[in-house]
Amino acid sequence: MLAEALALSAVLFTIGVIGVLTRRNAIIIFMCVELMLNAVNLTFVALSRFYGVAGQVFVVFVMTVAAAEAAVGLAIIIALFRHKQTVNIQDINLLRG
Amino acid sequence: MDPHYPLIYVFHFYLFGVIAIASALAFVTRKSPVSAALWLVNTMFSLSVLFVMLDAPFIGVMQVLVYAGAIMVVFLFVVMLLNLGHPSDLADVRGGWWKIGAGVFGLVMLAEIWVVSKTRLSGDLVLPPGANESALAKLGAVGAIAQPLFKDYLLAFELTSVLLLIAIAGAVILGRKVGTSAR
Repeated sequence: MLAEALALSAVLFTIGVIGVLTRRNAIIIFMCVELMLNAVNLTFVALSRFYGVAGQVFVVFVMTVAAAEAAVGLAIIIALFRHKQTVNIQDINLLRG
Repeated sequence: MDPHYPLIYVFHFYLFGVIAIASALAFVTRKSPVSAALWLVNTMFSLSVLFVMLDAPFIGVMQVLVYAGAIMVVFLFVVMLLNLGHPSDLADVRGGWWKIGAGVFGLVMLAEIWVVSKTRLSGDLVLPPGANESALAKLGAVGAIAQPLFKDYLLAFELTSVLLLIAIAGAVILGRKVGTSAR
């Protein structure tokens, strides 16, 4: 089942990347990042069956980082919405030269 | 490398894999952030089933509790707080060139998978067969992770608490209304 699990996680990661590239809603882009992190978690778990339980420990760390990232990122989105009244990333171009 | 699996196991593995991919596709194509979030929760549930099937029951439970239960609820709270209006007003999906570029990128990544799946890792990295099962049976689902987490990775675990503290402080400062004082 290792090959199938790796293929599944790669497909999910690809779907997440395509979502990040094609969507404009900042919240949905964030959720696509979460999907990519989940795909990587699946890789870690699938490989941990063969290469030791350290992969599952890494999944715990990835989940912690994902929680921290979601908290900070969503706070940034709320702050942006207060300034611009939008979460469409086409309208958020302060740093574009 | 793979031992022989019973047919019922393989069937359920493929079933939940297909559910995960289908919900992920539904998730990226939804306009409304709320229905997108709910499809993503569905993906996470089927992934947690796969985690349990891959001998990681604790990770499966954490997936439901932390991802589906906490992180996605925070997302839904933010969607509720922002009051974005009707989803069709957002003009959400990017134009043609972005779609073509994303499609090409997706094809490149899938080709990469195909190449990587042809490679074989060296055998001396691989655990002896049944090592994980015996650890699970000896230490239990939680103990099998807790042993390395609190022995080999103790420093990383403690540093994680610093990361969370900084994230909490950052979220509070960023989420504060501009102009209001902290006092």
